[in-house]
Amino acid sequence: MIKVQNLVKRYGTNYAVNDISFEIGEGEIVGLLGPNGAGKSTTMNILTGYLAATSGEVTVGGFDISKEPIAAKRMIGFLPEQPPLYPDMTVKEYLNFVYDLKGCKLPREEHLSEIISVVRLNELTGRLIKNLSKGNKQRVGIAEALIGDPKVIIFDEPTIGLDPKQVIAVRNLMRTLAKRHTVILSTHVLAEVQTVCERVIIINKGKIIADEKTENIVKTIEDGYRYRVKVCGPQKEAEGALSRLVGVKSVVSTGDRDLDSYAYVIESDRGVDIRKAVFNLCSSRNWAILGMEPVGTDLESVFIRLVDRSDGIAPEKNKKRRERREDK
Amino acid sequence: MLAIFKRELRSYFTGALGYVFLVIYLAVAGVLFAYTTLFSMSGNVTTYFTLMLLFSAVILPLLTMKTFSEERKSKTEQLLLTAPITLTGMVLGKFLAAYVMFAGVTVLSSLYFLLLIPYTQLKFAVLIGNVLALLLVGFVFIGIGVFVSALSENQLSAAIGTIAIILGFLAIGLLGSLVPSNFWLRYVLDALSIFRRFQTFTAGYFDLSTLVYYLSVGSVFLWLTVRVYDRRRNG
Repeated sequence: MIKVQNLVKRYGTNYAVNDISFEIGEGEIVGLLGPNGAGKSTTMNILTGYLAATSGEVTVGGFDISKEPIAAKRMIGFLPEQPPLYPDMTVKEYLNFVYDLKGCKLPREEHLSEIISVVRLNELTGRLIKNLSKGNKQRVGIAEALIGDPKVIIFDEPTIGLDPKQVIAVRNLMRTLAKRHTVILSTHVLAEVQTVCERVIIINKGKIIADEKTENIVKTIEDGYRYRVKVCGPQKEAEGALSRLVGVKSVVSTGDRDLDSYAYVIESDRGVDIRKAVFNLCSSRNWAILGMEPVGTDLESVFIRLVDRSDGIAPEKNKKRRERREDK
Repeated sequence: MLAIFKRELRSYFTGALGYVFLVIYLAVAGVLFAYTTLFSMSGNVTTYFTLMLLFSAVILPLLTMKTFSEERKSKTEQLLLTAPITLTGMVLGKFLAAYVMFAGVTVLSSLYFLLLIPYTQLKFAVLIGNVLALLLVGFVFIGIGVFVSALSENQLSAAIGTIAIILGFLAIGLLGSLVPSNFWLRYVLDALSIFRRFQTFTAGYFDLSTLVYYLSVGSVFLWLTVRVYDRRRNG
């Protein structure tokens, strides 16, 4: 449905997007993830024809956005970071305007009322947009993107600034939309990607640093397993004994103390499960284990690691930073 | 284009801007009409329209200042630029809305002259020539206004910039009259003078070259507006 090839956007000597390529199939729901200023919005703006690329090719539904912009734009519904709303119009007037603007051919009343009920704006159609709450403005923005029943829907940071209840509502809505449309969603909220998207593309400094299924991305980046273990036993001795176990790469005492127990982060080699060995060791020494939990396998830490790696931060330094973060 | 035209025209009347424009325009037109004809016991049409031309230079930027600058400031232009319409359609829609406002009120206020019929021998050719001339000058002024509005996020600087360019055009005409008539510079300045061309129409003669002149100067500014957007897209 969407094909991006060697896309480059340069401002002077600065590369906002530096040679990225990806393909998105019909019905996919893809998260575009990256720190602020990574090039997410630029990529989306090029996909929607708002900006022209310096070089590279973008096709939407087979139409090249630079050569056949009208046909390509007809395939896309776009919600920019700031919803493009006219405050002096009522919701109904605005949606009618967008309907005309897009040259929509679907039956007007039916189509608009369907969208209004999907985004739950029924009670607000007569209200002026300037008097709506932020969450409701966002809904109007989403409704705007849905007009004309476009095959591809692109959301730029759709849940930013919403309260938790609204965030959940918008995420549910996106999941519903994904059944009938191809959805691209940009965000730096990782939980959003985890709950909504099937696939995630991570961008940093204008380059793609990962493009994986959401469930796989954690596995691809993990170079070992890490567990946080709380053991009742003499600190020095326990640390030494744990680090001598087969398959253990490192043991770091976190310094947390709870009565007579100390916490350690144990990192094992890739593919080695050290949990049994740790249990056996502790039970043979009569050290009670008060807790054992995996750490650093959520998307958040994967993301930070990937971004750090692409920024060229040394692994050791990186590790310390990571641990500081985890301790917090 | 039609959707943008309709929205734009409507937006003049959802705020105060459209009403303010109409009230000021009609009031000034009324005063000038009374002053140039009734009070001076004259059936002269051209004085009124010459003064209206100068007045348009100041009042028309009020109509055009927000066309693009406001869209840019509130980021709504993103909706227009990602919609399946052409840049030309977008610019024309906005231009036409401002132009219809101006043309409507100009024609309406020109009807004042019908009041003179019982008192004087009204030359309809002259009246129509004057109305047409003012409508053509308005085409250029609004074209300039739309173009300057596309350059700025700030409405006030758009309005001031527009007035400055229009006054520049008028000044060229005045400068021209200072240059000896057989000197080449005179031809250039005369050719650029909006004011000088205006006078050929107000005499009641229909001059095709003047018509083409105004339409092309106005269109150049509309084309430049399209270029501004095209250039910004290419960043």
